[in-house]
Formats: sequence, C-alpha cells, structure tokens
Amino acid sequence: MSARDLAKEQPASFAFNAEYLALAKKVIAKYPAGRQASAVIPLLDYAQRQEGWVTRPAIEAIGAMLDMAAIRVLEVATFYTMFNLSPVGKTHIQVCTSLSCALRGSGEVMKACKDKLGLGAGDITPDKAFSLIEVECAGACVNAPVAQIGDDYFEDLDYASTAKLIDAFKRGEKPKHGSMIGRDASAPAGEAITLTEDPTKPIPKQDLAAAKAAFEKAKAEAAAKAAAPKA
Amino acid sequence: MLADKDRIFTNLYGRHDWRLKGARARGDWDGTKELMAMGQDWIIDEMKRSGLRGRGGAGFPTGLKWSFMPKQESDRPHYLVVNADEGEPGTCKDRDMLRFDPHKLIEGCLLASFAMRAHACYIYIRGEFYNEASNLQVAIDEAYDAGLVGDNACGSGWKFDIYLHRGAGAYICGEETALIESIEGKKGQPRLKPPFPAGVGLYGCPTTVNNVESIAVAPTILRRGASWFAGIGRPNNTGTKVFCISGNVNKPCNVEDAMGIPLKELIEKHAGGVRGGWDNLQGIIPGGASVPILPKSICDTVLMDFDSLRDVKSGLGTAAVMVMDKSADVVACISRLSDFYKHESCGQCTPCREGCGWLARVMRRMVKGDATLAEIDTLEQVTYQIEGHTICALGDAAAWPVQGLIRHFRPELERRIRDYRDAKTRAAA
Amino acid sequence: MPKLTIDGMAVEVPANATILQAAEQVGVEIPRFCYHERLSIAGNCRMCLVDVEKSPKPVASCAMPVAEGMVVHTRSDRANKARAGVMEFLLINHPLDCPICDQGGECDLQDQAMAYGADRGRFHENKRAVKDKELGPLVATSMTRCIHCTRCVRFATEVAGVPELGAVGRGENMEITNYLENMLTSELSGNVVDLCPVGALTNKPYAFGGRPWELRKTESIDVMDAVGTNIRVDAREQKVMRVLPRIHEDVNEEWLADKSRQACDGLSNQRLDRPYVRKNGKLTEATWPEAFAAITAKVRGLPGSKIAAIAGDLCDAESMFALKGLMTALGSANLDCRQDGAALDALSRASYLFNSTIAGIEQADALLIIGSNPRTEAPILNARIRKRFLRGGFPVGVIGPDVPLTYKTQNLGNSADILSQIASGAHAFAATLKNVKKPMLIVGQGALARADGAAILSVAREIADACGLVKDGWNGFNVLHTAAARVGGLDLGFVPGTGGKDVRGILDGAGKGEIEVVYLLGADEIDTNKLGKAFVIYQGHHGDRGAHRADVILPGAAYTEKDGLYVNTEGRVQQALRAVFPPGQAREDWTIVRALSESLGKTLPYDNLAQLRAALRDAAPEFVKIDVIQAATWGGFGKAGQVSATPFEYPVKNYYMTDPISRASRTMARCTEEFVMGGAKKTGTDG
Repeated sequence: MSARDLAKEQPASFAFNAEYLALAKKVIAKYPAGRQASAVIPLLDYAQRQEGWVTRPAIEAIGAMLDMAAIRVLEVATFYTMFNLSPVGKTHIQVCTSLSCALRGSGEVMKACKDKLGLGAGDITPDKAFSLIEVECAGACVNAPVAQIGDDYFEDLDYASTAKLIDAFKRGEKPKHGSMIGRDASAPAGEAITLTEDPTKPIPKQDLAAAKAAFEKAKAEAAAKAAAPKA
Repeated sequence: MLADKDRIFTNLYGRHDWRLKGARARGDWDGTKELMAMGQDWIIDEMKRSGLRGRGGAGFPTGLKWSFMPKQESDRPHYLVVNADEGEPGTCKDRDMLRFDPHKLIEGCLLASFAMRAHACYIYIRGEFYNEASNLQVAIDEAYDAGLVGDNACGSGWKFDIYLHRGAGAYICGEETALIESIEGKKGQPRLKPPFPAGVGLYGCPTTVNNVESIAVAPTILRRGASWFAGIGRPNNTGTKVFCISGNVNKPCNVEDAMGIPLKELIEKHAGGVRGGWDNLQGIIPGGASVPILPKSICDTVLMDFDSLRDVKSGLGTAAVMVMDKSADVVACISRLSDFYKHESCGQCTPCREGCGWLARVMRRMVKGDATLAEIDTLEQVTYQIEGHTICALGDAAAWPVQGLIRHFRPELERRIRDYRDAKTRAAA
Repeated sequence: MPKLTIDGMAVEVPANATILQAAEQVGVEIPRFCYHERLSIAGNCRMCLVDVEKSPKPVASCAMPVAEGMVVHTRSDRANKARAGVMEFLLINHPLDCPICDQGGECDLQDQAMAYGADRGRFHENKRAVKDKELGPLVATSMTRCIHCTRCVRFATEVAGVPELGAVGRGENMEITNYLENMLTSELSGNVVDLCPVGALTNKPYAFGGRPWELRKTESIDVMDAVGTNIRVDAREQKVMRVLPRIHEDVNEEWLADKSRQACDGLSNQRLDRPYVRKNGKLTEATWPEAFAAITAKVRGLPGSKIAAIAGDLCDAESMFALKGLMTALGSANLDCRQDGAALDALSRASYLFNSTIAGIEQADALLIIGSNPRTEAPILNARIRKRFLRGGFPVGVIGPDVPLTYKTQNLGNSADILSQIASGAHAFAATLKNVKKPMLIVGQGALARADGAAILSVAREIADACGLVKDGWNGFNVLHTAAARVGGLDLGFVPGTGGKDVRGILDGAGKGEIEVVYLLGADEIDTNKLGKAFVIYQGHHGDRGAHRADVILPGAAYTEKDGLYVNTEGRVQQALRAVFPPGQAREDWTIVRALSESLGKTLPYDNLAQLRAALRDAAPEFVKIDVIQAATWGGFGKAGQVSATPFEYPVKNYYMTDPISRASRTMARCTEEFVMGGAKKTGTDG
C-alpha cells in the first residue's frame, strides 16, 4: 500500500446539506473560540456520511469553514483510516483480522465474503452494493471474530452466520447487530458465574465526616513534621 | 474470586438499564456533591491512597498524576481528557463501560475534573465505536438535563462541561499527546516530552489524560473509601480490574476481578479454560498486543498484576489476555501483530516508521521459514534499535512482541528455517 | 543559568537552552537531520540522540531542555549505537543513487553515513519507491530519497507563510507533498532546497549542472532587490552556475529569495559583450576607441545643461560616483538615480532609509504599510515581518490594494486620504500606532513614485511624528526601496544639482530638444520613447530597453563580474566581489567612465579602485564603514501638498521580471508563465 490517495474522479463541488450543516455548527461550538480546527475530524465524518466518501471538494470546503489550509485537512483525511478517499459500497463490510479475530476464524469470515460476494479485501462489487476491507483491531476482541457493517458491530461470527448476514443485506434487510450466537455482549457464553446478584443492592459507603477528620489530622501531622527540623 | 459486592461495573454485560435511572439505582451519582465538598486535596489524597494505577496500560499511579496539575486556576484553563480510543489488539473493556455504564464515567469525569480544577472535559472515543458514542452522548445529555453536569454541577457551584469527541481510525491516538493533537484537529502524531501535558497539553493548557477505566472507577473508590479498594489485590497492585480474555479459550469474555488473580485461575474460572484443556496451551499474551508473549511454563503460575508480569519480562498492559493453544501458529500470531504496528505507526520518527516495516517484512518470512538463522539475531537487534529510541511508546510496543517470541520460541523459528531450507534443497534435487 | 557537563566539559547555558545548543557552545557537534535553528523543533529524525546519565533511554538532544547537574555523553557507546541504529533505518529505504543525485558532495545523509553508517546492509526486503511531486519550475523532487525530516513542511508553513506542503498518509507510507498538483507559491521556495538534508528536493534549473567541488565560491551581495541579501556565487570557469544564501543575521538570516537565487541564468543571455555605435540608424559593432570617439564628437563643446545622466537600479556606488564626477566636470547638474521618479529627499537620510532596520522589525509591535507589497518588493524582509507576526500582538494595517501577504493584515483602504486621517488622529489605526511601544510604518515606491509623492512623504512624516514612531532609540519610519542602487545613489548625491533636472525633467527636456545627450548608466526602467531625439549613451550589461534606444553602447559588467559597493534599504554599505570576468570586451563600469573621461579631456582623478573609493568616502562619509548602519538624524522633510485620490499601485507587477538580468532569464520566464500568467491557478479538474 502506498500513501492513501484521493480518488482520481472527483465531483465538481461539495456543500453540506441543511441537516449536516446544523450538526457541523453544533460540533464547532464544542471547542473554544479560535480552536475550530478541532472540528475537522467530525466534519470530515459528516461529509463522508453525506456523500459516502471524502471528496476533494469536501476537503477544501471544510478547510474554508474551519480556516484551515487545504493541505492540513488533506493530512488529516489521509492519516485516519476511517475516511474513505474513494467511493465504497452501499454496504461497506469491515472485517477485523487482527490477532484475537484471527485466532477465532476471521479467515472464515473473509472466505464467506469471497464466496458470497466475490470480494477480496479492498474490492467493491460492480453494482457498488457491497465493498469489503480488512481492518485492524476493532476493539471487540472477546466477541471475535467481528465485522463492522456501516456503524454496527456483528460479533461471534463464523462462515455460516456471515453468509446469512450477507444474504440479509442483499435482501435489503437491516439485521440485528451484536452477538451472532445470542450471548449478552461480552459475558461468557452459558450460565453466568459473575454479576448474578441484584445490582441495586446499596453499596457500603465510607463515613465522609470521619474521613475528613482523618485527612485533616494527617495533614496537620505532616505539616508539623515538616516544620520540626527547622525548629 | 472477587465477590459481586466488590465489583464496580455491575452492568458490564448490559443486562440492566444503562440510562440515568438505572445507573442511579445501581448507586451512581449518589452523594456526588458531598464528595466534592470534601475538597480537591482530599479527593487526590484518597485516590493516591487507593493505590489505583492507570488502567490504560502504563500503570502510572492515578492520584499522583492528578496531583501534577497546577494547584491554582489561571488564564489557561485546565482540561481533563478521557482516553476512550481503545484499540490495542485484545482489548475491549472500555467499550462495555462506555455503552453500559456511561454514567460511572461521566460522574468520574466530574470528580476528576473538579479535583484538577478543570471546568471542561473531552472524551475522545474511537470513531468505530459509533453505537457506544451514541449511548454516551445520551447519557451526557441526561446528566445535563438533570443538572449533574453543567453550570452548577450537582449543585456544587462548580461549572463543568463535558464533550464527546469522536476519532476516525488511528491506534496511535491512544497515546496521550497524539490524542491531544487529534483533538486539536491535526494528525495524531505524538508530541515531544517535555513539556508534559500537565504543563502544556490541550490548546497549550494544563491537561491530564486518563483512561476510561481509571476515571470510571473513581466515584466508587471515593464513595466506598480508598482502603476498600486498596484492600483488594496486592500491595502496589490494588483494586479490581476488568480483564478481557480472548483467543483460544472456551468462553471468551470480559470480567472484573481482583488484581493479582492467577492467570490460570482467571482463564479457567471465567473463560471456561483453554480450548482442549490447560495442557493444550501454547502461550499467552497477557496484556494486549504490546506486551511480550509468555510460554505455558510461566502461565502456569504467574499472577495478573503489574509487578508480577513485569518480573517475567512481560506486562499487565491493558489486561487483555490473548490465549493461543497448540493449534495456533505462534509465529504467524506475532507476525500479525507486527503488521498491526506497521499499519498504525504514525510515521513521524525514524526508528518506528522504518523499523516497523522492517520487522513486519522479516516476520512474514519467518512464518514460512524463508530466512537464515543469522536473521533471527538481526531481527532481535532491529527490535532493540527501535526500542527506547522513538518519540512515543509505539516503537517499544512494536519491538516487545517480537522480542518475546524470540525469547521463548526461538527453537520454533529455527525449526522453520531448517525445514524451509531442507524442502528447498529437496526440491532442487 | 543551569550548569551541566557535556563530554566531560562543564558548560553554563540559559535555562531554556536545549542540550544540542549547550553542546554547540562547547564545540561538540551533534549530528541532526530534522533540527534546524530557524524552524520549530520536530524531534523526528532521532539522529541527535545522546546519552544522559540517569535517563533510562537516550534523549533527543534537539528537544530536551538542559537541567542543572545534567551529565551528557554524546560519544558514549549508547549514544553511538543509538545513532548507528537510526542511520541504518534511514538508509534501508533510501536509494543507493548517490552517483546520479544532485545532492552528492553536499548531502547531510551522505556525510553522516560516513560517520555512523555500516559498511553493508542487513535489509533484504524491497525498498520503498515514492512518486515524485510537482513543485514548479524551481524545485525538482525525487521523493524516494526523502527521509521525512519535515524541514520543508515547517519552512513553508512557518517562514514562507504558505501552508501548501504537508505530510500525508502515515507510517512508512507517509509522503511529503504539496496540495494536489498545486505549485509551491512562494517567493522563497528555493530555500527548501537548501534545507533538504538529502537529495529529495534539489535545484531544478541547476539540475545535473555540476558537483560542488568543481565550483569556485565567491561571497557577494545580491542586487535583485534593495535588501542586500548576502550571497555566495558559485561559478565554474567563467559561468555563474548558481547562487546560494550566506548567513547574515541582520539582513537575510539564511534565506534567499527565488529571483535572487534563480535569475542567474540571465547573466549568460542577451549580454552586451562589445561596444556598439549607431550608424545610419543601425547599431553596429565598434571598438572602444570608436565608441568613445563617437561620444566625444557629440559631447565636446556642448554646454553642460544639455547633458544629463540617469543611473539604473543595479548600479554599484563606484560607477555612479564616477559618472557623477564626469557629469560635474562636464558642467551638468542633470543627474538622477530615481528612474521611477520617486519623491525621495536626498538631503535627509532619515527620509529615505529603512530606519528601523530589518532586524529591528522583530522589536516592533504595530505596522502600517503604505503603498508597498513587501512580499514582491522584498520577500526576505517580508519573511521578517511574518516572523514578528508569528510572535503575536502585531497588528498590520495596509493602505493599498488588498493582496495576500503571508500574515494577517487589516486593509485600511486604498486612498491617500487615509494617511491624513491617521496623521490627524481621526482614523482608528492612529490609536493602534500610538498605543504601542515601538510602532513602525513602511512607505513604498507605490506611494512615492507618483506626482504627489512628495506630499505623501510629507504626510507619512507627519504620521511618524504624530503617532510616536520616532523616539529614543527607535525610529519607526521606513522607506522600502526596490532598487539595489537607490540608497547608494542618494547617499552619494546622484540627484539633480543646483538648477539641474530630475528624471521627469530630463525626459521632458529630451522630448523638447533641450537635452541633447542622455547617459543611461544601466537605466532600463524609464520610458525610452520619451527620449526624443537625444543622443543616448547606454552603459550596461544587457541588451534591454536602454540599449535598444542607444546611439552608443558601452558594455559593462553585471553584479557578479565586478567588485562594488551597494547600500541596502537600511543604509547598510556592503561589498560585492567579482566571481567571474565580464564577457568579451565588457569592462567593469567605473573603469569605462574613467576611460571616457580621459577621452573627453576631463580625466577623473583616480587610477584604481582604491583611489576611487577613497574619493567616494571623502565625498560621502556614509561609505566609510562597511556593514555598519549609522542611525540617520530625524528632521523635517517632505513638502506638504495636495495628495491625489488616485489609488496606489504596487511597483512590482511581476516579481520574477524586474530588471535586465531577470528579464533575460529563462527560469524567470518559466516562473512568470507558471505563477504570474496563471499556470499556478490550474486545478486538478482542469487537467
């Protein structure tokens, strides 16, 4: 892989639609005056959500909005790998192939994508419906292997469940995300051995008045000790 | 095994209501104002006495870190920045806290910010965690609506604003100064230190960056008392910890248990044991991708805490336990991690930029055995040429897994090289 | 002041110093690639790692502040090993193409590899290849050689003020690039070539032109603007191959503007290498005696009032002094060195100098620019303004057309009226100037070279007086010149004598036939159509406008071909040295005037340069001290009068072509095409 380049073919212009423009203004307001450049990642994200990918006119428009040189925006867009610098499929599948996922069969997930969609890593279907990339650790390692499709994590995958998922997306459905084997988030499969008690039982709290007194006493003693050698 | 009553993250698996009502029922936001009334010095002292060491990997004492912030407010505002850029392979603990216990984090942000005289906090969450960010934003909005944060947080008179900032796919942003750069709208390239963030951090102002877990446990520590927390685990390695157990185990999971739990017990009790039984174990990476792998002989007895793992030349890191049974190709596993670091190196400084690619390429050949025996030494020397010579710790992190492999699995590397050479000779003949 | 030990030597340095700076103080050189004293600290190359006792890891000395009691070893095993490791990493992806690399012989990487490189490689993988970038006509790229030190990025962003370079991508795929096919639009772009420690960015016009060890190096002074940039002229045999900057902290630091660097190919084109005499309307080759005879025939017996001389923008002081002497001997008071007709008052030195000095800009805390675009008129001085601007608290007001400078400005409008408003205190910017300790103004030739120039100069002085620009130890009144010869000419009085005519009067007189002989000493920027029927003597080095109109051409020497004194806009006298000989029969200029004087029977009283200079120093004491600025006495100058409502225009329309040398330069022609004619505006979608 060489440096991530912008796509050759670019649209002529970019402007945020009303919805994203409002969001952009809101996000810029999160940062102190004069620090509007902080909003560059969120704005690139909005541009990608609106257009499907980060276009060159978007980079320039965002630079103008945030009073940043275009090259600075380009640096950011090419540094962070979530920004797609060329168009991706309507259903963009990101399979984690990092160690925990690899140990639990991310290869099978990739194989299912190849078999069902004919896609290898970095490919897009001719109808632009699906695209596939391999990503580094998605941060859901105890639910490996995982794939992120759109914004959602699909976890505890295997060949069969991946194939089923793809079929569902092909049918235009929005399958339920989370564990494909039906466990609760990161809990061990099967019978629970921890967190079995009622979590609303009051927890024992320390006596703040006593704690304060002890703290003040220790402080006074430390101060006395510090003063002692001088005296 | 830790009792449920001593667990902090009582909604780790999302079985209960994560929103404000549910969080309050589980004891969050209980007496926050009174805790603040105890004063900044008390809070920091209590955190110091709890022995809490940073949960992001380096294990720096949290209370001590907080005490580095200037004691007076000035025209340069103070900031708390929460590092929720979880992405170290094997690690997925913050994710559960963000989506299922967001109020623990928000309350922790308020208390920590108050203690460090910060009126604003940014939570930097990795961009891929979209649904987690959505939950957290809902929780933040709830906290504002309930007056828990905002102009008069919890009625304490303290003005406190909390903002969520989403990243966009860069592991290096988990490094605290890279994270600060990223919030400022730049590439996530670590800064030179000194100056340290407590002096010159976000927007050039005093800043402390803490891991999600370090902040999220703070309210419970303050409520229950430092001595409660310090009573769990071992001296200098106190409290509870959320472990992530992934790889070749029967029931991969996240679980909160006491620091210092034996590695074997952790896996057998909580993760259903190694696939094929303990004797089928080949090796374990005990603390996320950055720490060296341990062979079974060490795993048999080692305890899961900072000092015990350091003593066996590995580390607790993020307490992400990655288990490899005998069916796993251990060289390929480490090679996969080398690829990770090559992909995630920011490219700023020479040893990491050039060295990570070198390691990854040689490791790929080592998987096949397409190398010479002398190259094992070269590979090891290259890791030492990277380690300690870079701006941030990513270079070290790239070096250690390879060092661990060579330290404990050198015969395996040599076997592959010989087999490959023999096969080639046979083919030629 | 912390005390520390470096390689066993004790040293005491200021508290904010770095280890690397402390080491330099005791003469210990630490290798570096990314560190540059005029750029922000990046700390990315890691070549400067040193061993600090009690530090668990080697420390980047370029970034680490010193501390009391620190014990540093720069040559210990640990330090050497760390550097050797970094060197190996830098080389694994660096091509082994030194034999065909223009940086060869002056390459930091090559030099350091001699000290820290291994004798063989251990890297058996494929090397990285990187696509080259298009940075325009001046900078060639070979990006595979790049070691990612980011000096060029920091220079463009910080010094040049054009944030167009960046490092995109990450990890080993990080690439230095400009923004998508756009060229580097800076008048200082050539400096990235000097900064690049390897052969990634090289001098494009000079590509494959020579090796550094083949070149003869002459330290000299640039004349492409009035800054007086210190340069080194590199020549091979009788050809100037390239021009590089020399360090002068108070003038150009270590930067060089693009025209000054790259117009040198113009020195070899369109040269006047023999005398010419117009015969039957056609310029024909002549010998020196023939040329002098033609002049003598015309001039002898002519009253001085019918003779005039105009000195051009590139003239050395000696030739102007000699010509003034000749004109005086001929009884003429019609002299002028202000081709553009600028209303500069030669009687008050403070009225025509950049009194704050260039380095003094850094002390100023507010600036008013009147009718000047420093970016094109003096890019180096403009960089100093930007340097001051970056420190913050530096409001800059501009009266003139709104053009992009490299710092934030407040355009106050484009009308001379605003000046009176500021002088009277009615304009808000008056308060901005008054409320700071060291306010300054720059008045440019765009304001002075017009009919109401004297009135404008006068009101500018009023502003200086009214807004406290001149006070103890500070003179904030500044004239920015565009011509290297101008201040020297004014200092030695190359202006009309009693009853004499100035440029306008001379042209006027020539048109009316009152002036019959006009001597153009390298004067090419006047409207030669106005010379009427006058007999024109052109002495100069290029076949430019003046030569085309000439009746006699006396071939002179360009600035690289003679020893000469120049006085920059600050009033700093500097000495240029001859790097090569003038071509053909061309001669050093003062000798031509001296020879002609003999032929005219008015022999000038000096036979060599030393005698001439002694006479010059007697006549104009400003020339006594080289490289010293004498503060000029502040006093009343300028003539109050009506200022016109005509908007200002900046004098430099095309930065790349302002004088006979740059007009003869192919490189400057290419720059004009790309940057001025709009080539640079091309976008990716156009192509």
